Amino acid sequence: MNRRNLLASLLGTMAAGCTRIGETAPFAWAVDQAEGLHRIAHRAIGGPRPLAREYPPSAISADFRGNGSTDVPTPAYRAHQAAGFANWRLSVGGLVERPLSLTMADIRGLPQRTQITRHDCVEGWSAIAQWTGPQLGPILDRAGLLPDARFIVFRCADLLYGAPYYESCDLADAFHPQTIIAHRLNGGDLPVKNGAPLRLRLERQLGYKHAKYLTGIQAVASLEGFGDGNGGFWEDRGYQWYAGI
Amino acid sequence: MKKRHALATRLWHWLNALCLIVLLMSGLNISNAHPWLYWGDAGFQPARAWAAVPRFPHWMTIPDHYSLAVARDWHVLFAWIFALSLLAFMLASLRNRHFARDLVTRRREWRVRPILADISAHLRLRFAAHGAKYNFLQKLSYGVVIFVLLPLMILTGMAISPGADAAWGWLGQALGGRQSARSIHFITAAALTGFTIGHILLVLLSGPWGQMRAMIGGGRRDEQA
Repeated sequence: MNRRNLLASLLGTMAAGCTRIGETAPFAWAVDQAEGLHRIAHRAIGGPRPLAREYPPSAISADFRGNGSTDVPTPAYRAHQAAGFANWRLSVGGLVERPLSLTMADIRGLPQRTQITRHDCVEGWSAIAQWTGPQLGPILDRAGLLPDARFIVFRCADLLYGAPYYESCDLADAFHPQTIIAHRLNGGDLPVKNGAPLRLRLERQLGYKHAKYLTGIQAVASLEGFGDGNGGFWEDRGYQWYAGI
Repeated sequence: MKKRHALATRLWHWLNALCLIVLLMSGLNISNAHPWLYWGDAGFQPARAWAAVPRFPHWMTIPDHYSLAVARDWHVLFAWIFALSLLAFMLASLRNRHFARDLVTRRREWRVRPILADISAHLRLRFAAHGAKYNFLQKLSYGVVIFVLLPLMILTGMAISPGADAAWGWLGQALGGRQSARSIHFITAAALTGFTIGHILLVLLSGPWGQMRAMIGGGRRDEQA
């Protein structure tokens, strides 16, 4: 056996062994602890409400990349698209005192926040864009969260690999000032590839948390009952729920 | 009898070795998700990358097939073990004077002639440390690894993380932006891999049996090499 093969077989044994360990319950438990510790540490070192960095207009990336679902090829969505999304509605329900059904005019009529932020994909790349939309916090206040509400679930129109896309966050992130329901990108209407007509901006977390093609917002006490119960489409496929790292 | 390596040094050495291997192998899997490196804050078009990284074969990645989700699990778990054990080792080494006694270089060691003599001795595979535990080149390389490269892995890792970046934005800006931090994370990992290979080769050339015994059991203080 030559040296190269020896190295390959040593590392290969390590890789295979770790793969087995990675499939065990204690490993999953340890990863959950590490993920929670990262979330607590991020919030501890930044003070109560750190803002993600906002950039000058000169930093905006040319052609903001569309990733994941870049279209919703259903007759219903095509009809909305043809009507310029004039009839699109965003429902706000679950554990709230007053369920809402917001029209696009309602959403445009709320106080708006515009922010130029960096979008960080879990794969490693980044792109900078300007987003405009109402903050999520005041919308939730208008609906009135019930005391049992602990998470906000975001329902989407798109299917990815045949399954409905969805996401969720805790109340600290839902009420963060930079958490907005964006309907504009770089000064124009949100393009279809980027989630028209409405998408979540959950700055301080990775791209897969920023659910596109939003149809509904639901306040819940537990993430069970949505998908496989892990709090999101990619979370059900093994990705971390806290995507701040 | 005084030990050649303190217990804290030995425990950290092996725990850190495990962390570096797991972090490197899971990191190579993560790299395969988007094997291009950029400078600045943003970067997503391979045509604008300064480096296209090779795709790493599965025998050198954790897990042993492409899985960004599982590779990230290993990476974020061992990041904690790596960072906290480095912190504990640093505190212990200040307390037991390992840094002050064994790693701090003296002014007289920074002269050209003795340094050249030390390099030449290494090239001739003679590794006597005159009186001190480590020779100048050892102090320099261990010092760079412990005080520059390992902390840089943690700081660049934090600058890549959007949550930590929101809390400590100055860090990402000091490193030149998120994509620059990601590039430096990669380059530093390559430097640490190079150090580790050199370190293992030198151990093999300088009496591996005694070196291993000393780093496991502690060895004797007066022992050379």
